[in-house]
Amino acid sequence: MELIANLGLGLGVALTPANLLYCLAGVFLGTLIGVLPGLGPTATISMLLPITFVLPPISALIMLAGIYYGSQYGGSTTSILVNLPGEAASVVTTLDGYQMALQGRAGVALTTAAIGSFFAGTVATFLLALFAPPLAEMALKFGPADYFSLMVLGLVASVVLAHGSLLHAIGMVVVGLLLGLVGSDVTSGGQRFTFGLPQLADGIGFVVVAMGMFGLSEIIRNLEQGADRSGLVTKKITSLMPTRKDWKRMIAPILRGTAIGSALGILPGSGSILGSFAAYSLEKKVSKYRKQFGKGAIEGVAAPESANNAGAQTSFIPMLTLGIPSNPVMALMVGAMIIQGIQPGPSVISEQPALFWGIIVSMWIGNLFLVILNLPMIGIWVRIIMVPYQFLYPAILAFCAIGVFSLNNSEFDIFLMALFGLLGYGFSKLDCEPAPMLLAFILGPLMEEYLRRAMLMSRGDPMVFLRRPISATLLVMALLALLVIFIPAFSKTREEAFIEE
Amino acid sequence: MASPIRSSKDFLTGIIYMAIGSGAVLIAVLGDYGIGTALRMGPAYFPLVLSFLLIFIGLISLIRSFIQPGTPIGAFTVKGLLLVVLPTVLFGLLVRGAGLIVALPLLVVVSSYASRQFRWGPALALAAGLTVFCALVFLKGLGVPLPILGSWFGG
Repeated sequence: MELIANLGLGLGVALTPANLLYCLAGVFLGTLIGVLPGLGPTATISMLLPITFVLPPISALIMLAGIYYGSQYGGSTTSILVNLPGEAASVVTTLDGYQMALQGRAGVALTTAAIGSFFAGTVATFLLALFAPPLAEMALKFGPADYFSLMVLGLVASVVLAHGSLLHAIGMVVVGLLLGLVGSDVTSGGQRFTFGLPQLADGIGFVVVAMGMFGLSEIIRNLEQGADRSGLVTKKITSLMPTRKDWKRMIAPILRGTAIGSALGILPGSGSILGSFAAYSLEKKVSKYRKQFGKGAIEGVAAPESANNAGAQTSFIPMLTLGIPSNPVMALMVGAMIIQGIQPGPSVISEQPALFWGIIVSMWIGNLFLVILNLPMIGIWVRIIMVPYQFLYPAILAFCAIGVFSLNNSEFDIFLMALFGLLGYGFSKLDCEPAPMLLAFILGPLMEEYLRRAMLMSRGDPMVFLRRPISATLLVMALLALLVIFIPAFSKTREEAFIEE
Repeated sequence: MASPIRSSKDFLTGIIYMAIGSGAVLIAVLGDYGIGTALRMGPAYFPLVLSFLLIFIGLISLIRSFIQPGTPIGAFTVKGLLLVVLPTVLFGLLVRGAGLIVALPLLVVVSSYASRQFRWGPALALAAGLTVFCALVFLKGLGVPLPILGSWFGG
């Protein structure tokens, strides 16, 4: 069978000692930067791009890919241990992961994330190998109206699972959308909301907003509470191994998360983020432990973690098959390929089969490395967090400041981050959830783009969103999700979670 | 006399949302961003739609603040807020001029001061250790273009 032959080719490439080493280096570095707040895969990969010039193309791409999906794992580590998402896809993991950590179950949460991620990574890599060509074709059928509705659904999902006031959460979504529009308007080229500042011409960086609203404001709030992290520091992390009950509870969420993550990761514009949000929302709805969500339900870690890893792998599909990046990291990978003289696009599979299949196989090897390395190393990551908070948060601040600077070599970003820290703190006092704002921020410009194109194609007819079957289905789902909140049973659960805060 | 405002959270949020929304409308209109039509959306179209939506949401929140009681806003800790935000800004201002060796310890020590467990000895040790670590990892290792000793000192 052709697939076996291709995988064999890939194995031959990926198992060379050099490539194994690059893979290992990539995933280790990826985990490290994922764990360190303030530094993410986008910044790291951009900084390493010039270095890849001297490496052979396959090795370079293997290492960069390793950094990306390795960081998904590391990002979940900070989400669980410090309630600080390393990147957008890890935001959802903070909800239950951090709660589990406060209950002394950090080790279990981390193991769950690792297992879910490995399973999802393995499955997704296999999917990548099997379905790359036909899947890319299906994604092509999505028109702008369908993408727009998908993003509406994603935003509604984030509002539904936000704590606190629904109204405020919707408001935060709109604020996020507006903030995302700051910068250059793609279509007209004009500057919007930039106050004439050149530093804002390209918009506000996602990392800046995330680090400010999640990082800095979290630190301020912790200081407010007397920096009492006794839940983490004094409660010994006794067990890393999940109990039998945990194992049983993990299976279904991991399966569902993998499925959703794989599907959503392919669609350009979403990457692993929508997948993790959607997986969490779905899990919360179907799980019989849904009352525990937000308070340390293991499903709340297993599902999104599987989803974001699956999404990270499948987001390679559009890039490897069509040459279209589905997120900023993939855009960087395209850049790396171009530096190596490879033209990304549909011809890569046929012209460079060793490259294509080598990368795919090395992804599975990378996931294996991650699980093998990180399960024993969880103790080390945990010990990093056992450091008393008064030493930890200045370090986090330092990493954030330098990391944010490194994105554009601009002190302005540091100032912006400080501003968002202030805003984040203020909003948290007012019961306004930052997570929906962040998702909206990322999706804002994309949504506008798709809205414009949809309207252009429908010649100004807004009913196009309902006439296209995919779009209509998605919008109905969004509506249902909103209505579900008003069902008394569900709203009571939200209220309970709300009062806990 | 009891305040007619039953939920200060809703009230303030409402005001803030309305302010942001109105601000955005003002900027878009004064900046003459161009609305365009539904068919060919100008740069102002989507922002204006969003801004009006935000103003509307703010209004509802405002009205609700008079009707539905809410939990009170907790006290603002100015100390923590200032001691995290200000040193970050200071870092940004100083890092290229004075260098990492000045800006980073400053950031670490000032922000550490916000903690109730603050003591000078450990804080200074942390500052020194972190500066070395960051210099090695970020500057030497990852090549972030920040000077250890800044341009004011001839770095």
